Amino acid sequence: MENEKESLVDRLFGSSVGYMRRFLFRVLSVGPIPNHLAFILDGNRRYAKKWDLGKGMGHRAGFLSLMSLMKYCYELGVKYVTIYAFSIDNFRRRPDEVQGVMDLMLEKIEGLLKEESIVNQYGVRVYFIGDLNLLSDTVRLAAEKAMKATSNNDKSILLICVAYTSTDEIVHAAQESCEHKWHEIHSVMKPNDAQNGAVGEEERGENYDIKLADIERNMYMGVAPDPDILIRSSGETRLSNFLLWQTSNCLLYSPKALWPEVGLWHLVWAVLNFQRVHTELEKGMKQL
Amino acid sequence: MAAFQIHHQRFPHAPLHELLPPTTRRPSFSFVSKAATATGAPRNGVSINGLPPVHYTEEDPIPLPPGLREESMPSHVAVIMDGNRRWARMRGLPSGSGYEAGARALRRLVELCCKWGIRVLTVFAFSSDNWVRPKMETNFLMGLLERGLRNELQHLIREKVRISLVGDCTKLPKPLQALLSEAAETTKNNSQLHLILAVNYSGQNDLVQACQNIAQKVKDGLIEPEDIDKFLLESELETNCTDFPNPDLLIRTSGELRISNFLLWQLAYTELYFANSLWPDFGEDEFVKALLSFQQRQRRYGGRSS
Repeated sequence: MENEKESLVDRLFGSSVGYMRRFLFRVLSVGPIPNHLAFILDGNRRYAKKWDLGKGMGHRAGFLSLMSLMKYCYELGVKYVTIYAFSIDNFRRRPDEVQGVMDLMLEKIEGLLKEESIVNQYGVRVYFIGDLNLLSDTVRLAAEKAMKATSNNDKSILLICVAYTSTDEIVHAAQESCEHKWHEIHSVMKPNDAQNGAVGEEERGENYDIKLADIERNMYMGVAPDPDILIRSSGETRLSNFLLWQTSNCLLYSPKALWPEVGLWHLVWAVLNFQRVHTELEKGMKQL
Repeated sequence: MAAFQIHHQRFPHAPLHELLPPTTRRPSFSFVSKAATATGAPRNGVSINGLPPVHYTEEDPIPLPPGLREESMPSHVAVIMDGNRRWARMRGLPSGSGYEAGARALRRLVELCCKWGIRVLTVFAFSSDNWVRPKMETNFLMGLLERGLRNELQHLIREKVRISLVGDCTKLPKPLQALLSEAAETTKNNSQLHLILAVNYSGQNDLVQACQNIAQKVKDGLIEPEDIDKFLLESELETNCTDFPNPDLLIRTSGELRISNFLLWQLAYTELYFANSLWPDFGEDEFVKALLSFQQRQRRYGGRSS
């Protein structure tokens, strides 16, 4: 009897909190809402140490925080959310720690595909961004399966950066651009020219020049526009090789809270700052 | 507010030429040059400019302000000098005065970097995106760059500062281009401080030109597309002219929290410091605050915790 009463109170409380939050988002929506938010999920290990949790529990707490924030973002109307889940540099950590994170990722990727997951609730399409060949077969296959399963969703997009660094992404884009141009040139050459190794004058010069658009097209992150806000938790102000190309005009926000402590108010603060700066920038552009 | 009042006393609404420091009275830059002998060693026990005499030996550590540790000073500092126009607007002065004041702040910073053993200083003097500003303003900036460099070149040579330019210089006025090449050529063997001027620079364009150079090498058969790796790409970037191509610390003034297309690849692991003060007000105190903040940070590079 008491349990039923408690859960009713809990439910009432939960739904009124949800109602207030949605009302707050309606108010925020009067101003411009960012289209794309990027998060660097920093501070999980420090959180575990701070609260004396077991090994790997910091990352689990971080995952819960991530789910809440994703929900808030999609409720607010943010279309793209990118998270820096695992960097290529993180492979240098202790092997048991890396394995723990990989196991957690596998567990959560499989969870994403379940009926009641946030992905289905909000119609989220999932992309895994990075050099997936660096992952173990099981994790890579699970990631590919998740991408395929959500490919028809179109309401919102979640980009999970694993085995990713921005420098690796740029090198990969440069390689792809060079290869495409190389094939383009060779495909217009006649067979005897190909044997002689000669390339006509028209193929030299402009046609072979790699342009900015070529590189952007070949970026892993080419499936999304540039982020409007980059939020890095735990107070560190550095990019750590994340989205270097895409954040050149992005607002940077680094709250001191560790990632599992980041919540609704940090998001609201980031959006308010974005709205202030956005209006100033628009005014500045008009003046010019 | 105090800083504003001091500036107001020193720089009331005066004509532009009076806001420039007279050439006979240079800021403490000349203190440094007087203190140095021909071999570069400071003169021992001599009172200079009325200050108490200093006794240095070759082995003495660099005199840093209290709180700063020599072993964790950044080797390469990059600066986005933002806020000159706002500074001028706050004082009811034209933008030109803001830029002039900014130039003075830059001179102060170069002097401090020389004094404190920072090896490379990269300054974002002009972005490719800045061409959208009014033509009068961009012309003034180009003129200021030329005047400033011409006035300071001899001092910089004496202080053994090496000057390099990154950015597309072909769009700059011809006299400025010539002066920049001359400065780079004359100072190329200097080694006290490497001052890199980013003029008409854009981080994305730097990467695109690096990719184009690499594509040219692929076309010429020198390398295969599979050989392209991050070391090759780094070596083609314009900032590869120095031993420390990647900044340890980036300072942006005026409270704007963005990179604005400056040094993209090179900022992968750089500590970012956003100062609220406007660039002309960025002095020694502010720089010390930035360096203290830098020294307190834990740089893990994605790996183990320290």
